[in-house]
Formats: sequence, structure tokens, C-alpha cells
Amino acid sequence: MIFPASNALQRTNYLNAQKGWWSWFWTIDHKRLGLMYLWGVFAMFAFGGFFAMMIRWNLATPDTNIWDPELIPAATALAKMDAYNRMFTVHGAVMIFLVIIPGIPAALGNFVLPIMLGAKDVAFPRLNRFSFHLWILGAICFILTFTVGGLDTGWTFYPTYSTGSAGKAVIFATLGTFILGFSSIFTGLNFVVTIHKLRPPGMIWFKMPLFLWAIYATAVLQILATPVIGISMLLLLVEYTMQIGIFTPELGGDPVFFQHLFWFYSHPAVYIMILPAMGVMSELIGTFSRKPIFGYKSIAMSSLAIAVISFIVWGHHMFLSGQSPLMSTIFSFLTFAVAIPSAIKVFNWVCTLYKGSISFATPMLYALSIIWLFGVGGLTGLFLSTMGVDIHLHDTYFVVAHFHFVMVGSAIFAFIGGIYYWMPKMYGRMASEKLGRITWALNFIGFNLTFLPQFVAGTKGMPRRYFDYDPEFAVYNWWSSIGAAFILVGMVLTLIAVIQAITRGRPAPANPWGGVTLEWMTESPPPEHNFEGDPPEVGDPYDVSLVEYKNELDGFVPAKPMASDPNMYDYRASLKAGVAHTNLHP
Amino acid sequence: MMPLLASALAVLQQPQSAPPYDPLGMFPPNASHNAGTSDWVFYFIFWTCLVVLIGVCVATLWFAFRYRRSKVGLIPQDSPHHSTTLEIVWSVVPTFFLVAMFWYGFKDYEDRREIPNDAYEIHVNAAKWSWTFTYPNGYQSQHLTVPADRNVRLRLSSPDVLHSVFIPAFRVKLDVVPGRYNWLWFRAIEPGVFPLYCTEYCGQQHSQMDARVTVMPDAEFDAWLAKESDWGALPPEVAGLKTYGANGCVACHTLDGSAATGPTFGGMFGTQKQLADGSTVTYDENYIRESILTPNVKLAAGFAPNLMPSNFAQALSDQKVDWLIALIKSKGAQ
Amino acid sequence: MTATAHAHHGPAHLQHHFETSEQQFDSAKLGLWVFLLTEVLFFSALFVAYTSYRSLHPEVFAYASNYLDTNLGAANTAVLLLSSFTVAWGVRNAQLGQRKLLIMNLIITLLCAATFMGIKYKEYSHKYHEGLLWGGAEHSIFKHNQFMILDAVKEHSHAWNEGVPEAGVAAVKDLSNDQRRDVSIFFAIYFCLTGLHGIHVLAGMVLLTLILIKVLRRKITPEYYTPVDLGALYWHLVDLVWIFLFPLLYLIR
Repeated sequence: MIFPASNALQRTNYLNAQKGWWSWFWTIDHKRLGLMYLWGVFAMFAFGGFFAMMIRWNLATPDTNIWDPELIPAATALAKMDAYNRMFTVHGAVMIFLVIIPGIPAALGNFVLPIMLGAKDVAFPRLNRFSFHLWILGAICFILTFTVGGLDTGWTFYPTYSTGSAGKAVIFATLGTFILGFSSIFTGLNFVVTIHKLRPPGMIWFKMPLFLWAIYATAVLQILATPVIGISMLLLLVEYTMQIGIFTPELGGDPVFFQHLFWFYSHPAVYIMILPAMGVMSELIGTFSRKPIFGYKSIAMSSLAIAVISFIVWGHHMFLSGQSPLMSTIFSFLTFAVAIPSAIKVFNWVCTLYKGSISFATPMLYALSIIWLFGVGGLTGLFLSTMGVDIHLHDTYFVVAHFHFVMVGSAIFAFIGGIYYWMPKMYGRMASEKLGRITWALNFIGFNLTFLPQFVAGTKGMPRRYFDYDPEFAVYNWWSSIGAAFILVGMVLTLIAVIQAITRGRPAPANPWGGVTLEWMTESPPPEHNFEGDPPEVGDPYDVSLVEYKNELDGFVPAKPMASDPNMYDYRASLKAGVAHTNLHP
Repeated sequence: MMPLLASALAVLQQPQSAPPYDPLGMFPPNASHNAGTSDWVFYFIFWTCLVVLIGVCVATLWFAFRYRRSKVGLIPQDSPHHSTTLEIVWSVVPTFFLVAMFWYGFKDYEDRREIPNDAYEIHVNAAKWSWTFTYPNGYQSQHLTVPADRNVRLRLSSPDVLHSVFIPAFRVKLDVVPGRYNWLWFRAIEPGVFPLYCTEYCGQQHSQMDARVTVMPDAEFDAWLAKESDWGALPPEVAGLKTYGANGCVACHTLDGSAATGPTFGGMFGTQKQLADGSTVTYDENYIRESILTPNVKLAAGFAPNLMPSNFAQALSDQKVDWLIALIKSKGAQ
Repeated sequence: MTATAHAHHGPAHLQHHFETSEQQFDSAKLGLWVFLLTEVLFFSALFVAYTSYRSLHPEVFAYASNYLDTNLGAANTAVLLLSSFTVAWGVRNAQLGQRKLLIMNLIITLLCAATFMGIKYKEYSHKYHEGLLWGGAEHSIFKHNQFMILDAVKEHSHAWNEGVPEAGVAAVKDLSNDQRRDVSIFFAIYFCLTGLHGIHVLAGMVLLTLILIKVLRRKITPEYYTPVDLGALYWHLVDLVWIFLFPLLYLIR
């Protein structure tokens, strides 16, 4: 069971078992699909990030804008506004539908989930490939919007603007969202069936790694919520092309009805984005504290609680749409209920650190910073769910800052942390710790600098989606744009760090971090069918005494031959019984 | 537990209208009667969250530092893996605060939704990308002027897409939804000039769709409105243009000669007009007057009967008809 | 990597990552049930639209329903019920290895589906001819502004000129602008719901044809009949949706 690290890369593994681009494009190997999702998401992140930088450039001061007369003399004021509106729309739509939603579940989840289960693949490998191809098709649809003048509806597609005034790009964008929706549904369906049917004997539900609990809860949301955005997009499409009238007042319809349908999906979608991040957090905090995660059952159950409650809170996006005060009141109350399971997770993570053995490896730096970032993002949600306060804050930069703290500060940071964590497994090579820490610092400082001032701009009353603004908001926007520059450098360096690791990183041991979940019980990178021979026996996923450090490998190996009685390896019992844990060197 | 319960119950006695409270200077001027309440609730949540956040972050940093691997080694000390007591405490205690936040927000929201019967109504029409405020006497303006210390309600309508009225200084905001009316109300408390924004994305010039809100002392307001609406002091064709806008002629008749639901006013005066029955008539003062007051008698060729409201004999004073004639004359083909 | 590349001891249909045929069958079945759940949710938005607009304008829905041909709707219901029976029988045939009966039942099911689409086409073309369309359609007689309704449609539309005299239903030309607008929403929902259902019927036909080809190529055995089982399940859902649509749209009285 000890794999000499230097050999794993030269042996036949999933990366070199088949050759040629076709072997990648037409693969049904979940690991290869996961990697392709990863690079697809990187590309889309760069695409959406480019527009984010353009937005911050434009807003740096009240009168600067990216279309400086010296650069583009002919641009009229109106053309600049049109361009700006397209930029924030594409930024939002791409980042949500093509980056964050597929980010952790489709990229990391695809790679890790079957290995964590000790399975050879997901339940429906060809459906998995189909999901990925749909994702590409959806991405192409979004890129095609530029060929017909660009999309300027905002990522929310609210009628009657999207059905009446907007250009032909609406057709591509709604089609793209529809297709991406089905990509997401099929991924979720695949994961649910895989977790139900391919769990190995011995892995009862409460022995499942918390990442899988989170992915499971996410998959349930993807299955139950995404069809509704699918049908809303179809309705929007027939409304736009054939004036079917369901959302148009002159034809007897109601634009607010679209908002209900839209947020019935898009609020759970927020949890489709954040739940997997919470799963990654639980893995990172557990592994890098070298301690069983505190309150395993609470964390697992809170994922499900969040998934359930998230379906009945969508109306909090519509306190000011004219919906009935009774509905607003109910939605407000239920929204506060989501705060409890979210808080439970954070408290449990903090308690896991207590009396642990805390490593400051790059993935853990991301995980620790998420406690602050998710804290801010989550707690500012309380202001917005308070009806009276939301009246002032709704659709201001306060909201913008709030959801960036959750979507970027938590979801994207967890994504990057997860990439660093699983990179040795994906490519069999270690990333540079030095570069990793520098980029983390740049990202963390830049992120706070960008979005903390936006809270104040929001409370001062700066509306979102504005091309320019009153001078009183100048100072917040200036610092915000400075922070964006930090993020730009940090993200570019992160990409460089990833590429450097893949090409020149030092070969990774099978288990560099001391994880106990099954993906660390196979080689780095894993063989084509994940495990040589039969998968290892399933133990407690957080019993760190099951692995021990080997200096000569700079990694961890299984401590003892697995016993059939898992109780024998209860961590505390083994300590009390005086079982020798010889190697104490970090 | 008892003090907590007491503080949760104390919520029920939250004052209707709190004094301005903005210790960190995070808000715009406090210019409406319940802006203080909203700010107060904001800070209640803010201080609560700050305590929690600092607690969590200090604990994180301290644990991470105290139990760093370079100090404690790879095998940590024995410690519990779960604690039902802790789980219950950190689920139940926050619940009290969350209920308090909900309750404050609910009270505040209810107060804003219950429009006083005596409120002074101003109609707000939000169209891409400007505002039109119509006062009870028909006076219209691109900017909003309201009396201080008087309840004012805005009736919101949109002919095209979603918009949203946002007056930061009053802490009020409400969507303007096509196909229905929404109402919001406020009572301004101090004279001044404040910005009004559109906060629901409405297309190209969304960011340019702002207006000025002027609050003037209650005593001066009526006199100001009377003076502003006294169009007699204006040149007749300018007064005509205002009438044309205020009384809805603009909806069907253009001034530039292009066709619309009704015949245009542009370039017509003095010409020979073709009628639906085949005859012609000279487009002069008498014809205009007759067509406004009894639109179906001499119907213009190409237009259906009964399209134009026939109540202008009551709705328009003689003076307004004269102003309209002056307007059409000024746009005529001389 | 192909499914057969990996050395695996088991029947030919068993994919490499499953341990047993039962596990593979259970997974496929669970997957399809989950997919059917998403289909139900897919339709649900339209049912919500139906419910909310009908509760706002119950009289309008009762009025508009008179323009739907209940006989054709009932015929379609009967056709689909028959097809549900034959496809269910087909599953039993597949389990018992009765190949000829299975082929016969699949063909009857496909014929029923084609009949359904034929009747649907007749209904749609009649609606188009009469101008019984949503308000935004060019040929609609339910436009808010009556001057926008095409004269050509007005002339030959019985609904516009006479209504449904035998049921005492007023002619559309006698409705007010607002009433016509509200009726147009009924037809908007009618076309969305039946259109979406029709697309599902077509998808089901493609699916059943593929399954039929598998049967003809002797790929289906009593040991491995998963495609027939899943195809039949999907077809039952398509039928079930229609069972809801028929009373909701045709039988409002």
C-alpha cells in the first residue's frame, strides 16, 4: 500500500492511459471530465473576470471610463453605456452559470466523488460526458450573444425589458441558460444515483465524507430547482419570439410572475454555489487540523436543512416588487431560518481547530480566510432579510458586496483551496507553497479591499448596475478598483502557480496532506479505474489515526493494516490504549 | 437565559420613530420620519453581528496560532468530537436574536406599507429614462417637490419596463411595475434637496434616470405649487405644451407631423383637412376647438370613431383649449 | 476508455463500473425516476401559471374552454390510455422473452402516439384558422386593440362572429378589450402546455423507436430489458401529464 511517489507518474495512470485529443473529448472517465470542466471553468473565469476588471476600471472615478477619448474617439456617451450594460450582464451570467455553479460540483466533484466512494466511475458515465458537452454548448451560446450585439438584460433577464426592448442576444442567452440547466440537472442526477447505488459496503450514510454530503445536498437542489429555470427560459424565449404574453401586461400577463419563477430557481442556485464550498471547507479544516471534524452529524444534517429551507425563501428577492406584505413577511421569517444551519457549520469548523494540529498549507489558508469571508457574507444577509432594512439596501452596492462575499469570497476561495488540495491527486505533482501563499495573500487582501468599501457605498445609497455615479460615492469606488487590481494580479499568479505545478511541480506522494478519505488511498495520479485491484476498506473518513506520516515519502501512509472492526481504530480509544503514534515530525 | 428572554421581549416595545442614530456615518442624511427607525434596526443587527464575527474570527486566529503544527506536532491532544450541549446553545441562542431582527424589520415594513388616509398623492410615471411627477392639480414636473411634515404617497406606474423609485434620504424604495400600480409613502422632516434614483435596471440610460427631490416647508408648498401651475403667466404656446402633456394629448397626437393613434398636430394649421366622410375643412381655430370638444363630428380621414375621449368639454377649461390652439398654431405650416 | 475495455467478469450488458446486473438495473431505474421528477417540475411552472391566472379570471377560463373540442381531447385521452396499456404489456413481454408480442405492442404504442399527434395537428390548425391564438400572435382575434385584428381573420372566424351558439357562448367581437386580453392568456397557456407536452410525445416516439430497433436487433433479453422498462416509465409520465391537461383545459364548465 506504499506507493513510491516518483514512480506513480511514470506508471500507467488515467492521464497517460489514452492519448490524443479525441481520447479526452470522447472520454467517459469522470477524472478526465473533471479536469476538462476545470479548464473550461478557468477559461470562463478569465472571460468573466476580464469584464469584472473593465467594470472596475470604468467605475474607478466618477468620470473615468474605459473608452477614453484617446483610445476610442468615436464612442458616444450612449454607446459607452450600452457597452457597460453588456459588460456587467456578461460578467454576472458567465460567472454564475458557467463558473460558480459548475465550479466545485462539476469540476472537483466529478474528479473526487467516485474515488471518495471507492467506485470506478459515476453511475452513468456517458450521461456525464453528455453533461460536459452540453456545458460546452451552453458556453458557446453565451459567446454567440456577442455576434448579435451582446446581452444587456442583466443576468436576471427580467421582463418586460428582456422580452420587449432587448436585442436578439436574448435568444442565445436563454437557450444557453436552458442548455446549461440541463447540464447541471444531469450532473446532479448522476451524483445522486452514484451516492445512493455505488457506495461501497461499510460506508453507511454517516460514514460518508462531508464533501459528499454537501455534493448530495447540492445535487438534490440541482434536480429540483433547475427544471424551473429551464421552463422559465423557454417561456421567456417564446415570449420574446412569439409574444406569447405570459409576462407582458399588455397581453394579459404579469412580469412579476417571471420573478417568482426565476428566484424559485435562483435562490436555491445560491446554495448550489455555496453548499459544495462548505463541503470543501469541511474536508480542508478536518485534514489540516489532523483531527476528526467537530460535530460531523450537525454539519451533514445542516447541509440537508439548508437545501430544504432554500426552496421556500425565494420571495426575499421581491420584498419591493409589489408582492403582498403577508408573503414578504413569511419569506422574511423563513430566510432567517437559513441562518441557523449556516451558523452551525461555521461554529463546528472553529471548534474543529480547537486542540488540533493546524497546518498553514495553502489550502488551509483559503479555508481559514473563508471563516471571515463567509462570516461577513452570511451575516450581511441578515440585514437584507430584515424587511424594513432591505427597503433601503435592496438593489444597492450593499447587495453587490454581500453576494460577492458569499459567491466569490466563499465559493471561489473554496474552489481555489480545493484545487490546491486535490491538485497532487489530479496531476501527481505538488504546487509551490511559496507561490501559493503569496497568491492567497494577494487574493485575500484584494478581495476585502474591493468589496468592504462597497458595503458603505450601498448604505450611502449607491444603486447597482450604474454606469456612473454621484461624486459622494467616489472614495469607495476608488478603493474598490484598487482592490480589483490586487485580485487581478492574484488570480493571474494563481493560474501561473497551477501551470507551474502541473509542469514542474515535485512529484506528489499518494497522500501528501494526511487525508483519510478514500481518494488518498490510491496513487497520485490514480490509475484508469481509480484503484489497483479492489478499493481499500472503508474506515471512518475523519479518523486521522488511520494514516501516519512517513518522512522518506514526505507524505502519509495507512497506519496499520485495516481491521474489519472499525471501532478498534477509534482515535481516542487508540490514544487511551497507548497505541504508538511514533512519528511526530511535521 | 432570563436576561436574553427579557431583551427579546423588549423588542416588542420598540419605538415607532427613533431619533437619528448613525454613529459610524454610514447613511445619507436622515430626512424622513421613519428613516431613524430603519437606521436603528440596521445598527441593532450590525452590533449583534459584529460581536459574533469578532468572536468567531478571534477564536479561529487564536486556535490556529495556539495549536499550530510546528508547536503541537502531528498528533494533537485528545479533544471531544462533538458536543450536544454546544450544538443546542449555538442553535438556540442566535434564534432569539434572529427573531428580534425579523420582528424589528417586520414592524418597520408594516409601518411603511400602511399608507395614512390623509396622504397627499403624487403620481409617478417612470418611463425609459425619465420621471414624470403629476400633482393633484395636474401640474407635472421632471423633479419631485414635496412638503415637509406632511404625509405624501406616490402612486407608481410604468408604461414600458420595470423601474424602481429610490430616495436614499427617506430610506424608501419600491419597484415600478408595468401593468399595475404600486404605492409608497413617506413624511419628509427637513427641507433640503436630495437625490432620487432608479434602482431596477431598465436599459441603456438606467444610470442617468435620476431626479431631484426638494423638500420645502409645508407652509410654502401650496403657494409654490399654485405659482408653478399658473400657466397664465407663460406664453400661450408654452402653456399649451404643458396642457398637451398634462391632459394626455401626447399619448396619441404627435407634434412633428408623424402619424400615431390620432392625427398629428404638426404642420396642420391653415391647411385643408380631409375628413372621413370625404369632405374637406379648413384647419383653423374653430375646427380645432370643435374637434377637441366633439371629436366624432368632423372625423379626420383614416381614423376610427370613438377612439378619442369625448369628455374634454368638461375636462378642459376654455383657457386650456385656447392654449392648445396656440400650441398647434405655433407648430403650424405658415 | 470504453465500457468493454476493462476486464470484467459478467454478462455483456454489464458496464465496467458496476458489480452486478442488479446494481446496474437499480441505478438506471433510480436515475429515471429522478429524471421524471425533474420533468414534473418542468411542467409545474406552467401548472402554476394556469392556477394563478385561472384563480384571477375563473369566468374567462370557463368561457375560453368552450372553444376547445372536447371530442378530440377525449379521443386523444383514449389513444394515450391505450398506448400506456400496450407499453406496459410490452414490459411484461420483455421480461418473459415474448419477442413477437413485444414488437407488436411497441408498434401499437408508436401508432397511438402518431394518432395523438395527428389529432393535435388537426386541433392546432383549426385554432389557427379561427384565430384562437394568444394575443401576441398575428392571426389572433384576442388582441387588446380590436383595430389590430386582421380583417381576413375576422371574416372567416366563427368564434369572432358567432361564438358557440349551441353552448350560449358570446361571440368574441362582443367582448370588451380587457376581456379579450384575458382570454388570450388562456390560449397562451393552452399552447404552452399542449406544445410542451407534444414535444414530449415526439421525444417519447424517438425513444420508443430506438428501443424497437434494439428489440429487432435482439439486444433485449429477459436478463436485460432495462431500456424497455425505462422507456415505458417515461411514456407513462407523458400520458400522466395529458391526464391532467385534459380536464384542466377541456372540461372547465
